[in-house]
Amino acid sequence: MTATVKYDEVEVGHEIPAVDYSVRRLNLVMYAGASGDFNQIHWNERFAKTVGLPDVIAHGMYTMAQGGRFVTDWVGDPGAVVDYGVRFSSMVVVPDDDNGATITVSGVVEEKLEDKRVVVALTAKANDARVLSKARAVVQLA
Amino acid sequence: MALNRDFVGRTYTSKSSYEVSRVKIREFAAAIGDGNPIYRDQEAAKAAGHPDVVAPPTFPIVFSLQSGGEALADPDLGLNFAMVVHGEQRFEYLRPVYAGDELITSSTITDIRSAGRNELLTVRSDVTTVAGEPVCVTYNTIVERGGAA
Repeated sequence: MTATVKYDEVEVGHEIPAVDYSVRRLNLVMYAGASGDFNQIHWNERFAKTVGLPDVIAHGMYTMAQGGRFVTDWVGDPGAVVDYGVRFSSMVVVPDDDNGATITVSGVVEEKLEDKRVVVALTAKANDARVLSKARAVVQLA
Repeated sequence: MALNRDFVGRTYTSKSSYEVSRVKIREFAAAIGDGNPIYRDQEAAKAAGHPDVVAPPTFPIVFSLQSGGEALADPDLGLNFAMVVHGEQRFEYLRPVYAGDELITSSTITDIRSAGRNELLTVRSDVTTVAGEPVCVTYNTIVERGGAA
C-alpha cells in the first residue's frame, strides 16, 4: 500500500476540495455494459417514463463509483480503501443532451481511527439535491 | 405486492468462480471515467506495491450479485424488477481485488422490510478466493418502489 496522504498530517475537519464529474447518456451505456446492469431505466427514456420516472436516471453505482474515484484520487492508492458505503438518497436524472448531469463530490475527514485509518465523509450533489447520504469511506493512510 | 419473507436467511453460493481479468477491470475503469494507471498498467500497479492491476472499490458489484441474483429472479419472491432502484451499498475490504483473483461469492438475504410504500431487501455477500481467503464483504439493499402498497 502506498497511500500518498500521511496520517500524521491530516486532522479531523480537513476538507477535500470538491470535484465535478460529468454523466451523460454515453457513460450510462458504458456503465451498463461494464457492470452488467441493463435495467432499462438507465438508458431507455420511454421505459423510464412508463414506470413513473421523470427521465433516464444514472445507475446508483455510477454515482457511488464517482465517490470512490474522489477518495482514491485523494488518498493516492485504490488499495487503501478498506470500507466504503453509501445510501442513495435521490436520483440523478440524465437528460438526452450534450451536457447530461453533473455530480459534485466533496469530502471531509470526519474521524481518525487506530492503525493510521481515517473516516472520510462524502457529500455528492446533482441538480442541487444530495444524491448520496451516509456516504463514508474508511481509508488506510501512510 | 409484498415480498415473500420466507426468503430471509436463504444463502446462495456461486456455482462457479468469477475470474477477475485485467480486461474487465480496464473496461470498468473506462466506464466510470477513471484514468488511474493502477487500473490499467501492471507496471504502475507493481510500482505501487500491488501484485497486479487493482480493481476500483466498487468493482465487486460486477460479480457479487450473480449468486444472489438467482434468488431475486425466483417468482416465489415476488419482486417486480421494473420497480427496483438501489437503496444502499457497502463494501468492506479485507484486501483489494486484483486481476487474476478467482472469487467465490456466497450471498444471504439478511432482511426484507417495508418502508412506507416501498419494500426493502438486503443481501450480504461474502467474497473469498477459491482457496478460501476472505477478500471482501458487500451489503446491497434494493428498493422495490410501491411494492408494499
